[in-house]
Amino acid sequence: MKIKLNVWRQDGPTDQGRFEHHHVDCTEDMSFLEMFDTLNERLISAGESPVAFDHDCREGICGMCSMVIDGLPHGPQKGTTTCQLHMRQFADGDEITVEPFRARAFKVLKDLVVDRSPLDRVQQAGGYISVSTGAPPDANALPIGKATADEAFDYAACIGCGACVAACPNASAMLFSSAKVAHLALLPQGRVERTTRVTRMVQAMEHEGFGGCTNHGECEASCPKEISVDAIAMLNREVMAANLSPR
Amino acid sequence: MKLDSKIPSGPVEDAWNSHKFNLRLVNPANKRKHRVIVVGSGLAGASAAASLGELGYDVDCFCFQDSPRRAHSIAAQGGINAAKNYQNDGDSVYRLFYDTVKGGDFRAREANVYRLAQVSVNIIDQCVAQGVPFAREYGGVLANRSFGGAQVSRTFYARGQTGQQLLLGAYAALNRQIDTGKVTMHTRTEMLDLVVVDGHARGIITRDLITGEISRHAADAVCLATGGYGNVFFLSTNAKGSNVTASFRCYKRGAGFANPCFTQIHPTCIPVSGHYQSKLTLMSESLRNDGRVWVPRDPKDVEKTPKDIPEAERYYYLEERYPSFGNLVPRDVASRAAKKVCDDGLGVGHVVDGQRNAVYLDFSDAIKRDGREVIADRYGNLFDMYERISGDSPYETPMKIFPAVHYTMGGLWVDYNLMSNLPGLHVLGEANFSDHGANRLGASALMQGLADGYFVLPYTIGNYLATAHQGPVDTSHPAFDAAEAEVRAKSQKLLSVGGATPVDQFHRELGKIMWEYCGMSRTEEGLKKALELIPALRARFWSDVAVPGGDEELNPWFEKAGRVADFLEFAEIMVHDALERAESCGGHFRAEYQTGEGEALRRDDDFAHAAVWGFEGEGQAPALHKEPLAFDNVKLTTRSYK
Repeated sequence: MKIKLNVWRQDGPTDQGRFEHHHVDCTEDMSFLEMFDTLNERLISAGESPVAFDHDCREGICGMCSMVIDGLPHGPQKGTTTCQLHMRQFADGDEITVEPFRARAFKVLKDLVVDRSPLDRVQQAGGYISVSTGAPPDANALPIGKATADEAFDYAACIGCGACVAACPNASAMLFSSAKVAHLALLPQGRVERTTRVTRMVQAMEHEGFGGCTNHGECEASCPKEISVDAIAMLNREVMAANLSPR
Repeated sequence: MKLDSKIPSGPVEDAWNSHKFNLRLVNPANKRKHRVIVVGSGLAGASAAASLGELGYDVDCFCFQDSPRRAHSIAAQGGINAAKNYQNDGDSVYRLFYDTVKGGDFRAREANVYRLAQVSVNIIDQCVAQGVPFAREYGGVLANRSFGGAQVSRTFYARGQTGQQLLLGAYAALNRQIDTGKVTMHTRTEMLDLVVVDGHARGIITRDLITGEISRHAADAVCLATGGYGNVFFLSTNAKGSNVTASFRCYKRGAGFANPCFTQIHPTCIPVSGHYQSKLTLMSESLRNDGRVWVPRDPKDVEKTPKDIPEAERYYYLEERYPSFGNLVPRDVASRAAKKVCDDGLGVGHVVDGQRNAVYLDFSDAIKRDGREVIADRYGNLFDMYERISGDSPYETPMKIFPAVHYTMGGLWVDYNLMSNLPGLHVLGEANFSDHGANRLGASALMQGLADGYFVLPYTIGNYLATAHQGPVDTSHPAFDAAEAEVRAKSQKLLSVGGATPVDQFHRELGKIMWEYCGMSRTEEGLKKALELIPALRARFWSDVAVPGGDEELNPWFEKAGRVADFLEFAEIMVHDALERAESCGGHFRAEYQTGEGEALRRDDDFAHAAVWGFEGEGQAPALHKEPLAFDNVKLTTRSYK
């Protein structure tokens, strides 16, 4: 199949950037990134500059790949990362526009590569349970109901890709942050620090330049792990509880 | 090269406890004066960096990805073993030890494996305390499953994303130490050399992957947790960035590389669909618990759709050949069996390079027995992933699978303290060689990574720091000047080739050579041929590689060129090792050494040792050293899964 690609090129954070146009021959069994590999090998052989993009596991779990494809973070297929998107989702002759994840907090480093380290710093602001390596109680000493464990897992499944931020009109990191807050608040081990955790993580989000949540729901629609916006409701309840609790 | 394994004397059951007591300690007030470098942030690296930070050491942790959470441990699907015996099915530390030594085909060190089995139980407790959401039963206790050739249910899991959840647990522990300032994290930073001062590992040279800046980092000890070298095959289940460079640089600085030919081919991966293929995707081995593996009995049926092949015409080759283990035989056995039926012309799927290389993994009986919902609950995410990649739904038609390179049991040689023969250089997780022998059992990689990082290194590194008596070293030392100059010279050499062939094409060619001659089945003739082909390919690389851009910018192709240059040298050591080991064991199958029934033929009298290769200088063949392996507890027997 033949694809016309409009791809964002930007030399560095201060470069203004521009779209570049390419025609790519590919097959429907190729992944979207293999289509980019094909383009890049051709550009390198021709002595032209290849397109930089982030990727690593190519199994949809490391969260390193990004790209906004035809206006949608990770492209048109629901619950699918860019690396798992295959060309059979497109038709011969399609024109596809590819841009980086754009958000105030995410600096474009080069072409489609952005700096998502602000997400790490939000996690570092208490997105953990304070337990040191040692001899904790036996794992079965604390029974946790299956439904609770499953729900905590649903939120823990976040891969930290930042699609929710790229999809949000406010470039908010609410779904990302609330997924961690919800995962830990649901588990008895995480409840001890729940008030300080949510307070610090919300402050860190604001400090990093992420916007506020105004309930658009674009985050849930773009999340490759289909994490529910219920997490955001839970974060809001946790914030309220933290504000009402004695310090 | 001096290889002192430092295995404690006395019964294996008491070895670790008595060893821990005999290890020297670092005074709590002095810990902060010791700087430790951890390279890699996967299960081994993140757990080590976090635990060392908690103990009070001053830690610097490095990863090439944009976040420590991206390390490839995250992709592990199936589970983690632990000898908890929660299921009352006869498991014990001793049984896990026994299974691991036997599963490794008697090429692992008994004392290390026993310790691994012992601390496995602590890992589960630790992870639950961190909030890792393992699968649970309705009563609230942890669920277990049987996995990959084990006859007890000792595998803990979190749907098909166990590696992700365990890594996020370690990442959270690491974040806590970053938050307190005990760990300084360096992301998008790649280690390019090891700095050795007075025979001790004292630092590393790194490249900032955004700016290209070369930096020097000095420390009192260096811990390498940089994973395996499966990408030497180009196509593997590893992440695209996984590479051998850090380990290989240490090898060139004097660290021994042990058993490099021990590579694991995983039996259940999605087959290659075309020449553009950039990586292979694993389908968790847990699928073999419910899926039945078969091919058509008649080569004429290979193009038929599976539902048109009646039951009697299906060859359930694992169930027929191995009645007691059936579809759950260990990975090496299952992989070779799949290759054999495909080589015999019974393979299905696309024709690639003149052969159909795929077998069916069929869930229709399981769906009939347990219902679609139960199967979806167990494997839903894997089925979805399969459908996204292949376009077929495993609920409707059997999966097509074929073996792919997955894990490397070989790695830098370490003693019982996880220290290489270079004092101060510690090696953890997949990057070391010690625990899996010639074949790793399913759900044991996560166990080993976390055992090393949480429960072994934090004890043993203290002993080194307390006894090393090395003076302070800073980055102005001449050894840093020399290492940095070498790194810069290699960069210039790469950029000055000015050829026309992209790096990936060389990598792909190297992969083909390795898969063909040093893959699932190896022969003396083929290995000798590889020893001619690899240097020729390397010469072409250095005269014709195209590296676009420069080294003072974000340049993924420059990074890749450096890694492939190292693979092109490292591959030769692997082949030397495979040639030298004139026996078949675990993942290493030499066609000359097989039983009448086509099973692996081990030669314990000559090869019950770890083969450790030492660097002898550029252009020189590596030198072989041996660490003899003693089996005092598990009797040397022929593995049989019949």
